[in-house]
Amino acid sequence: MSLAALLVLADGRFPAGGHAHSGGAEAACKAGRIHDAATLEGFCRGRLHTAGLTAAALAAAAAAGLDPAVLDAEADARTPSPALRTAARRLGRQLLRAARATWPDPALEQLAAAFPRGAHQPVVLGVTARAAGLGPRDAAHVAAYESVGGPATATVRLLGLDPFEASGVLARLAPELDAVAARAAEAAHQALLDGPEALPAASSPLLEIAAEVHADWPVRLFAS
Amino acid sequence: MTTAPPVPPPAAGVRATARIHAVADGRGGTALPLLAGEGPLALRRTRGREAEAGVVLVGAMSAPLGGDHLTVRATAGPGARLALASAAATLALPGRAGEPARYDVELDLEDGAAVRWLPEPLVSVRGSDLRVRTRVRLAPTARLLLREEQVLGRHGEQPGLLRSRLTVTRGGRPLLDQELACGPGAPGGWDGPAGLAGHRAVGQLLVVDPAFAQDPPPAAVLGECAAATPLAGPAVLVTALAGDALRLREVLDAACRAYHR
Repeated sequence: MSLAALLVLADGRFPAGGHAHSGGAEAACKAGRIHDAATLEGFCRGRLHTAGLTAAALAAAAAAGLDPAVLDAEADARTPSPALRTAARRLGRQLLRAARATWPDPALEQLAAAFPRGAHQPVVLGVTARAAGLGPRDAAHVAAYESVGGPATATVRLLGLDPFEASGVLARLAPELDAVAARAAEAAHQALLDGPEALPAASSPLLEIAAEVHADWPVRLFAS
Repeated sequence: MTTAPPVPPPAAGVRATARIHAVADGRGGTALPLLAGEGPLALRRTRGREAEAGVVLVGAMSAPLGGDHLTVRATAGPGARLALASAAATLALPGRAGEPARYDVELDLEDGAAVRWLPEPLVSVRGSDLRVRTRVRLAPTARLLLREEQVLGRHGEQPGLLRSRLTVTRGGRPLLDQELACGPGAPGGWDGPAGLAGHRAVGQLLVVDPAFAQDPPPAAVLGECAAATPLAGPAVLVTALAGDALRLREVLDAACRAYHR
């Protein structure tokens, strides 16, 4: 694998549209569940081990070469909230546009043709990682990092939280992030042998509920 | 009522399987050619609504203890209608050696079958470690009403470790796959602002109805901590968090009246 390719893909400046999404942080800030660095850390930890693990495993499975259409259906089943399914497909479409320009590959063209309205973002991420010469574990790392990096950055904007404190939260989560990526890659390997049921389905009921509450707001800073 | 003789518990814990097979009786009703409890899983036939056969799971109160492996397996043949309930809450209790307990539920619904699976809550008692695995396989024209309620600890008690995964497929395609892990020993953040956020009861109500393909219910927020979400297939999932089991049941009962036809 290329470490530099991993940095390009994981860079917040990679033009994939992620900055418009808070990963549930906007709803959690409004409800008072995130109000400082400690509660941000608790939020990120919970998201990492639920939606983050599930996304990381889907990304790793796509990078390992599992059928993206099968994985997209598994992603739908793991995302009860229609607001979150819409957000995941929008992010997937934006990532795919950037990926096709960055790492031209027939697999990305096939994905675009099969999902004109966008595939789930972790699935696109995995196919992109493969096109960039990266492996399942790299894809899992990027997905796991995005699951906490998005809310941390958003909270800086939403609460005026000190960016140094937000970076400290991410640094403290690093060992758990590595563990989640390793578990996700292992599950992807298992899914190659046993089918997609081997992929985790870790979920957070509150994140699904809050996403619907957020989608009902007339005015929002973030799309999700 | 058919109950197999109790099996002496091996050192590793009790293994017991309850089996139910429902078939349309050809006269507009439903017959139960197989109704077999085992060990702590006893089954009792009850009066169902109209064409429905009713079965109540009794005596589940004391199980599962750590090390036990309980399974409930129900199949509903073409056009059969089955209502499954439990007589009391299920308590997940600690075992002697701290080993986990397993509780598997397997439901198979063939074309035109309708099953209502409405057990009482599962209470995760302090020190317990339970893995619940629910698998539902639906034929394309089957209808399902399924409720799951998890309560973290008896009144004022710390919970045990509970891992519960619900996987539903329809016509072989995934419809819903959700795993909840909570309690001491669960991955970090389970009770935090992206987890249960201090709530002690969590539940879901799933309604699968082929009629939703033409007329899907809209997504709806049902208060600060509950939402109805149409799935990618003809189904709606109501997810709710509440302070206790009673308030959780109120939300899910209201949802049941709204979405189950």
